[in-house]
Amino acid sequence: MERRYWPILGALALFAAALVAVWLIIPAHKPVTGQAHVADQFPDDQFPSTYRPYPSRPTLIRNATVLTGTDREIDHADVLMAKGKIVAVGRNLTAAGAVVIDGTGKFVTPGIIDVHSHLGVYPSPNVESMSDGNEAVKPVTPEVRSENSVWPQDPAFSRALAGGVTTLEILPGSANLIGGRSVVLKNVPAITSEAMKFPGAPYGLKMACGENPKRVYGAKGGPMTLMGNVAGYRAAFQKAAEYRDKWRKYWADKKAGHDATPPDRDIGLETLALVLDGKIRVQMHCYRSDEMATMIDVSHEFGFHIAAFHHATEAYKVADLLKKNGICAVMWADWWGFKMEAYDAIPEGIALVDHAGACAMIHSDDAIGIQRLNQEVAKAMAAGRRMGLPITRAHAVAWMTRNPAKALGILNRTGTLEKGKDADVVLWTGDPFSVYAHAEKVFIDGALMYDRDNPKLSPRSDFELGQVGQGPNGGAGQ
Amino acid sequence: MKALILSWALAFAATAVAAAPAAPLAAPATPVVAAPAGPTFFIHNGKLYTVGAAGTIAGGDVIIAGGKIAAVGQNLTPPAGATIIEAHGKPVTPGLMASATQLSIQEIQLGAAESNDSSPDLTEDTAAFDVADAINPNSTLIPVARIAGVTRSLVMPVDGAGVFFGQAAVIHLGNGPDILVKRAAGQLVRLEPSVATFGPPQKKLSRPDLWAQFRETLDDAREYWAERAGYHKPGGYRDQRTFRIDLDALGPVIQGQEPLIVHVDRASDIREAVQYAQANKLKLVIFGAQEGWMAARELAAAHVPVIIDPDLNLPDSFSDLGATLRNAALLDKAGVTVIFQPQADDPSQYARTITQIAGNAVANGMPWDHALAAITRNPAEVFGIADQYGTLETGKDADVVIWDGDPLEVTSAPTALFIRGQRIPLVSRQTLLRDRYRNLNDRHMPFAYR
Repeated sequence: MERRYWPILGALALFAAALVAVWLIIPAHKPVTGQAHVADQFPDDQFPSTYRPYPSRPTLIRNATVLTGTDREIDHADVLMAKGKIVAVGRNLTAAGAVVIDGTGKFVTPGIIDVHSHLGVYPSPNVESMSDGNEAVKPVTPEVRSENSVWPQDPAFSRALAGGVTTLEILPGSANLIGGRSVVLKNVPAITSEAMKFPGAPYGLKMACGENPKRVYGAKGGPMTLMGNVAGYRAAFQKAAEYRDKWRKYWADKKAGHDATPPDRDIGLETLALVLDGKIRVQMHCYRSDEMATMIDVSHEFGFHIAAFHHATEAYKVADLLKKNGICAVMWADWWGFKMEAYDAIPEGIALVDHAGACAMIHSDDAIGIQRLNQEVAKAMAAGRRMGLPITRAHAVAWMTRNPAKALGILNRTGTLEKGKDADVVLWTGDPFSVYAHAEKVFIDGALMYDRDNPKLSPRSDFELGQVGQGPNGGAGQ
Repeated sequence: MKALILSWALAFAATAVAAAPAAPLAAPATPVVAAPAGPTFFIHNGKLYTVGAAGTIAGGDVIIAGGKIAAVGQNLTPPAGATIIEAHGKPVTPGLMASATQLSIQEIQLGAAESNDSSPDLTEDTAAFDVADAINPNSTLIPVARIAGVTRSLVMPVDGAGVFFGQAAVIHLGNGPDILVKRAAGQLVRLEPSVATFGPPQKKLSRPDLWAQFRETLDDAREYWAERAGYHKPGGYRDQRTFRIDLDALGPVIQGQEPLIVHVDRASDIREAVQYAQANKLKLVIFGAQEGWMAARELAAAHVPVIIDPDLNLPDSFSDLGATLRNAALLDKAGVTVIFQPQADDPSQYARTITQIAGNAVANGMPWDHALAAITRNPAEVFGIADQYGTLETGKDADVVIWDGDPLEVTSAPTALFIRGQRIPLVSRQTLLRDRYRNLNDRHMPFAYR
């Protein structure tokens, strides 16, 4: 099964090698020695994460069916976590002093990762005064960051936690061609977004193809057509390339001991320059196959890489192209037809893209849907099977764990149950691909953050306190 | 006056609202589509979830003939000439009903306005708006929904800012051209402020505004219907704020014949609507009802059914802070008749999620057979088509689905589908797209030739 992914990994490796090569031939990026420190790259350390894993005890889940996220299903298996990490997955594990949880009849998966969410920026309650997801004042706003809009008290975070979501990417909306930076969060209750921020996770840049920017700006100076959209992306990246070159020249001049004046700092272009440097990952809202192909051309023109096309309802028509370019396709199981660019979505989309050897995954884009991504994957898996594709649940689970981690650039940290990874783990009451299963216990970095059977481990946000919604369950799953 | 009302009521029992100005009460009869003569099928050895008095019949057979269910039971004999369909012990259910959708009146929600007839454009408030005028039997949404087992739908207008949003209809999802099953199946009213998530900002109306307008309009309708003949006499009638066509449309509502479907979520609004309906003898249905569990006792006592999306568990407005996944189970336990709407965001495109919706209600405490009733028998009874649809029972229209597994399970799907006795191929625009693009390597000619 793993073999299916070799071509993608190969493409990624080539891409990485290319990046390294670029890095090496640019003198400005070489470490500066023997003289006063001169910055030689764009700063990227604002709003640092203050998240630290919560206290945990060594925990051993015993005798469960384990879907590792690496195409393996192991029955009667144990999962051992300690110090926030996965220690071992296998049969007959022992650990002196560990909390032992009986997993008999239950399932274990990696924590679910949603690569496309607007929790916190379009929170519940969905009221005008907290609608902070789209800086829809001009079509190109790389200077904004979703982390500055996230309201950590959004009760939807806890609902998603009760659905097994341990990591999520919060994106700006799709009104703009370039909507700003996304942020990757650990789904822990917090009072600041910094305290949720996934340490070390790369930023994303939200971009949007298609109908939304046209609809928002068509009567406000444009873009009003698809060709206007593309002109907008190209103009922005041209400016970014020039901006980057100015700074590189400045850094080189300083390093050579020349008298040099730093260029004016532009926060938006800085973000785009970091995209060109491969440090910020492009997460692009793009439904139609023809627009995906166009965006691949644009990315080649300016030398950036698109990590993933989101809402990629037509990805199944160009799965081979996506595979060739090492681009992930992020899809729904069965959303379709709410606008023309979604008219051709089919339930087999994820399975077909996956079958073609490209990187496929689920996403929610929805505060209700995020609570049941396991069911969405189940539908996508079943649709694929019905058309004759042999998809095991061991494989399908990657559509909500491993592949999202890959798209976000955090696969070395989470997304699979492998030794040394963050202990982001879900214990399910049964087969997670059944409508009747619930996430029973959810661990984030080894800490038990949600327990369906323990009201004390059912977090509720400040907003929920003192409201009518305290019964009959209250809190996380509500 | 009273006599007039009574005579109207009697006449109305079998007639539809007159649509033309000053039309007499002898309006065209409610078009109840006669099931066509159809082929004979013998479904052998299914696990029959009849949703009727017979309950579940293991190893059961169903005979379909002339568009109807001719027999249901064990060890039936195939009629001569019947096409025999082997169910292999798999589940067999009535076709499902997705309530509160815009199936057949809306093709594309956003950016293709002319394909969308789901809400009044002409006036903010109109009881006369009738979805039956817009039904398109060739909508591509119909095959997408039916191959997931949906064979009926309560088609409803979409509400927004205002009070009256018009008349719902029941359709079947079988072969056209005539898919209208019941006209004027309910009048949709909104009595809580609307939230405009997308699109142009809507005028916000406070609850007292909404209630004042609601009461006055129904008062107007009562007065109008009490002396309908006098309406056009010069000087014989007072000016009313409500348009005549709206007053006409409200006749069956004030008579308690046609359901008044009130969209409210907050428990206090639900209680107020129940009290008003009881005092005025209206046939009330609550739509939304996210805090329904908090008013379950009152709803049950007043025999008021609810249409809910049981997956809604977020406090996404100040009208539904009490939203919970347990809503369906608690309402059901209290004795309220529960009907499910598919995914409330977009119940038309996602009509096929009705089984998942029901499955989640079960996962959160509702008995399985009650959840199945919420997508079959319950809406059939509440919207007045139980004589022809809603159970696997002799004499009903043959809306029958054979499944490859538990019908409420997300991995299950129909393997055979019958609507009004016709076998419906499991094909939609989406299956055709799937088949066109299933092999990307074959490029000897463009995909358009496949």
